[in-house]
Amino acid sequence: MSRSAAETREAPAGSALVKAPTGIQGLDEVTGGGLPAGRPTLICGSAGCGKTLVALEFLVHGAVEFGEPGVFFAFEERPEELAQNVRSLGFDLEDLERRNLLVVDYVQIERSEIEETGEYDLEGLFLRLGFAIDSIGAKRVGLDTLETLFGNLGNEAILRAELRRLFRWLKDRGVTAVITAERGDGALTRYGLEEYVSDCVILLDNRVIDQVATRRLRIVKYRGSAHGTNEYPFLIDEGGLEVLPITAAGLQHSVSQERVSSGVPQLDAMLGGGYYRGSSVLVSGTAGSGKSSLAVHFAAAACRRGERVVYFAFEESRDQVVRNMSSIGIDLATPVAEGKLFFHASRPTLYGLEGHLALMHKKVREADPRVVIIDPIGTFLSVSNAMDVKSLLVRLMDFLKERQITTLFTSLTTPGASLEQTDVGISSLIDTWLLLRDFETGGERNRGLHILKSRGMRHSNQVREFLLTDHGIELVDVYLGPEGVLTGSARRYQEAREQSDSLVREQEIERRRRELDLKRQALEARVATLRTEFKMEEEQLERLLAEEGTSRERQAKERADITRSRQGGPIASKSSADLDRRSTR
Amino acid sequence: MTERTPSPEADPQEATPGSPFWDLRLYVAGQTPRSVAALANLKRICDEHLAGKYRVEVVDLMANPALARSDQILAIPTLVRKLPAPARKIIGDLSQTERVLVGLDFQSRS
Repeated sequence: MSRSAAETREAPAGSALVKAPTGIQGLDEVTGGGLPAGRPTLICGSAGCGKTLVALEFLVHGAVEFGEPGVFFAFEERPEELAQNVRSLGFDLEDLERRNLLVVDYVQIERSEIEETGEYDLEGLFLRLGFAIDSIGAKRVGLDTLETLFGNLGNEAILRAELRRLFRWLKDRGVTAVITAERGDGALTRYGLEEYVSDCVILLDNRVIDQVATRRLRIVKYRGSAHGTNEYPFLIDEGGLEVLPITAAGLQHSVSQERVSSGVPQLDAMLGGGYYRGSSVLVSGTAGSGKSSLAVHFAAAACRRGERVVYFAFEESRDQVVRNMSSIGIDLATPVAEGKLFFHASRPTLYGLEGHLALMHKKVREADPRVVIIDPIGTFLSVSNAMDVKSLLVRLMDFLKERQITTLFTSLTTPGASLEQTDVGISSLIDTWLLLRDFETGGERNRGLHILKSRGMRHSNQVREFLLTDHGIELVDVYLGPEGVLTGSARRYQEAREQSDSLVREQEIERRRRELDLKRQALEARVATLRTEFKMEEEQLERLLAEEGTSRERQAKERADITRSRQGGPIASKSSADLDRRSTR
Repeated sequence: MTERTPSPEADPQEATPGSPFWDLRLYVAGQTPRSVAALANLKRICDEHLAGKYRVEVVDLMANPALARSDQILAIPTLVRKLPAPARKIIGDLSQTERVLVGLDFQSRS
């Protein structure tokens, strides 16, 4: 049981191809880990497309980074020329030779000095190679360019047999070899070397389209290994060679729930909190609709949070952007001085598309920003076609998303075309798309903003009027009337009208209130009058009653007096007292 | 082991001052039939045309591989004419006598 377990463990290890990492930026990704270890790889391409550099970088990186010393056989360039050529790329071949990490052997063959007189073989080359490999324990070998032999030795039959032997010998020695070869007409190599090297063939190409040169690399063949099949652009700059793989195959970048402010509070509110960290934002609109201003707000907000921002400007210089944005109250000079905001202003025609991509890669790697602004993307169309631009953006976006960088692109929509169509048709790559548009009403042009889409968040469906004030962008609600949305003066007029309307209404209410007050006062006055009248009547009545009483008393007294005067008896006086009592009641 | 065997005929001191002396070096890699043939061919040609005016040194690169680099040897066998200057290289088993003579520039000088 333990044996079978051991077998199953060994089986995949035995079948998996061991790879020798090249250390060349991007090439290891494309090849899935490097070149086949212990086998020869053919690098073919036309003159000046970087074959020698690929071979040499493979050796130098192997020696310096992977502990695999290397042997380089130069058939064309003298060691001192070679050392000089690559010194500008940061490789010190002489130092590596002193440290026994590299052997550079110049194979000199001059046809004019050589006379062929019968059968021979290339055992001398084998011995030289073997000796060089043994002297430093080399694991890697570069042969540049083996085909020179064909030009200088006449007997092709011998050469072919010897080359076949050489490749077998290299395999037997277990060294990872890189052989460069000149591109032939209609064939990969001029002398058909690909028929001897069957493990891995890489084709380099330097194509000029519309006067812009682009270097490309393609893996024609890689026996026993999965590999990228596309043409990958590559660059040669002061840092050496760099292949730019399309990592779009993955779509595996992690996503963030974190929101970052767009720099415009009202816009954040419309988006329910801002853009997602690591998302891609497209701001499209017609000329002068405020795209750059919106972009700069975002950049400035990021700088205020203490994040680094890289701003790729393809239409304006840094100073121009800084000056223009100060007019709307955005201070960019400070973050630039503080090293938070990096401007890279260049004309799109300065490089080919791939050059731009590589440059952007490089700058982003150097600055390690959280936010990248590309303003605008459409200008790339001047150096390439829409498909290439889209491919560039796919690769760029994958690269940026992988690093959780929030990216804002601006795009100019051409008047006449649909507003919701961008030149390069990249909408599918965009997470949040803001559309800026002009409203032309009442003899003036006003800006409006709405969110065309925003993946994964609730967002406002409202069109807002977009104002560029001297303290930045403001978004205000537009008025929806029977004639459509109202902006600018029309909106202000509407606002004023509504204000005056409400004033009139308030005055009316006030007037009514006063009227009512007056009425109440009048009513109360009348009530008071009536009450006074009533009181007077009452008083009158009482007076009358009182008068009546006294007159009755007097009459009774008079009557009693009369009776007394007639009879003079006490009984009469008693009855007159009863009468008095009754009258007072 | 380097095999530097001056051929018996070689005797630089006896060379007439006016006529050139031929210093030749033959690079081989082990005792292959081709190496043996090359050496035999060389001796035959030299004896015919340069009797007493030449020296042949045979270098076995198997024994001393470092020399392959310093002497810029690629093909085996290679015959190098060190003297008279300029140096010339002849590769192959030297079976084509005419070409060897042309390569060594014998005719014009002897």
